[in-house]
Amino acid sequence: MKTVKQGTYFWQGNEACAEGAITAGCRFFAGYPITPASEIAEHMAKRLPQVGGIATQMEDEMASIGAVVGASWAGAKAMTATSGPGFSLMQEFIGYAFMTETPCVIVDVQRAGPSTGQATKSGQGDVMQSRWGTHGDYSAIVISPNSVQEMFTLTIRAFNLAEKYRTPVIVLADGTIAHMREQTIVPPIESIETINRRKPKTEEKAFFGLEEIPPMPTVGEGFNVAVTGSTHNEHGIRFTADPTVHRRLVGRLNNKIKNHVDEIADFESYNIDECQIGIVSYGCTSRAIHEAVENAEKRGIKTGYIRLKTLWPFPESIIKKLAESAEKIIVPEMNLRQMFYEVERTANGLAKIIPLNKIGGGELITPEELLVKVEDGEE
Amino acid sequence: MPNKVEIRISGLGGQGVVLAGQILGRAAVYDGKNAAQTQSYGAEARGTTAKSEVIISDGEISFPAIRKCDALIVMNQEAAEKNVKDLKEDGMLLIDSSNVKKIPKTSAKIFKIPATETAEISFGQKVYANMIMLGALTKIINIISEESMEKAIRDTVPGKSVAVNIQAYKRGKSL
Repeated sequence: MKTVKQGTYFWQGNEACAEGAITAGCRFFAGYPITPASEIAEHMAKRLPQVGGIATQMEDEMASIGAVVGASWAGAKAMTATSGPGFSLMQEFIGYAFMTETPCVIVDVQRAGPSTGQATKSGQGDVMQSRWGTHGDYSAIVISPNSVQEMFTLTIRAFNLAEKYRTPVIVLADGTIAHMREQTIVPPIESIETINRRKPKTEEKAFFGLEEIPPMPTVGEGFNVAVTGSTHNEHGIRFTADPTVHRRLVGRLNNKIKNHVDEIADFESYNIDECQIGIVSYGCTSRAIHEAVENAEKRGIKTGYIRLKTLWPFPESIIKKLAESAEKIIVPEMNLRQMFYEVERTANGLAKIIPLNKIGGGELITPEELLVKVEDGEE
Repeated sequence: MPNKVEIRISGLGGQGVVLAGQILGRAAVYDGKNAAQTQSYGAEARGTTAKSEVIISDGEISFPAIRKCDALIVMNQEAAEKNVKDLKEDGMLLIDSSNVKKIPKTSAKIFKIPATETAEISFGQKVYANMIMLGALTKIINIISEESMEKAIRDTVPGKSVAVNIQAYKRGKSL
């Protein structure tokens, strides 16, 4: 058995994520086991050697992402997977990957935090960490799957975005989706788009600037390349005091994502042009919206929703559109308000934003609980 | 068949409730239905309460957790007491009568299956009790083909234990 074949599978979310990665071309995995992400490492350890790849367990999460960054510079598509505590440990290296423009994928399967929290229980508490976790001015691309199917397809997309924009991409899953099993359809493999990083031509020498997304050499192929987390010019030479070089570099790194929000942002929407009540949802929590909306409509309440498949960069224009039509927007989350504030900021008074929050025990927000909010529209 | 059947399998960690749910969901998908299987357990490897939920439907499954189940399997006393409140009034309660001595009050239809004892006597190990319960369940709900169940067992458990797991499943159908 090599890469997965077309067909219908009954996969666990973590398994689908691993198969999606392999389908996207991932050939290096380094990780450290942690509930509820361990099955990704387990599956990669079994599967990567079968396709000529390498899976390795490191001594901790910092070493894991360090190995992933190294593997990427050695030319591999590389991934690591963890949960909140490990994601916290990885933050410095995520900044390094951003600053050095290293394509890689980091999967954070969220559980109830902070700290060790409730290891086997699902949560959505890492939403802001996924955007702002490392220090300095940076822009994250964060993907949010809500089904086992999307653990497969959106992991492929994560690799494509990482390679295209030459940046780390975070797959922000949760314990519910990662541990759930559902049927997953793998389309004909030749129909799946995979993107590979642009490599330099022999005469090219600037790997860190001059164009929005510069080409990335593979170490060992004859290019002179200095990779540094310090501020550097387009040739990788350190400029640790020059304001212009810093502004140019950090400006470009943020702009290469900011300038392509429309292409990166992905969402599913329903009835957002003519609804009284809107819902903005993502991840496992969004699995409650269909039933809630159906029942609200039976009661004569015009309801619409946006289900985010990417959380960051934040898709402001579509949220604004919803805020222009809806009087109230409900933001259900398995945390104590995170995306709520982003929706509120974007709506800028056009609609009243109502939080619906639930934490602990991995309990999902039910369609009934959501319907109550839709009906009474109170905080 | 009804459009949607919701099943909860509960017991102690180590009794194989997650594996049983996984096999059931996989078999449903082999039969061309939609299935979603979720699980909940403690931080320990075994010994605390665990549950597995399977929703089988002809249509799309949007919300994957069960609020009221049509069928409930309980494999120990604590699971029986904890979960019976989530069983529909006209639902089906399947009890491993080897472990559950006090049947909680319910208006649901009760099926007593001495799964753990049968597993020990017939197969030498109580770990096969889950397959016996699964056999009993599929006979009662009658929505999954025998062929898909056997294929799902073959595709889920390790090779050397396939035969005995299938035997235990068949034994459960005959109880």
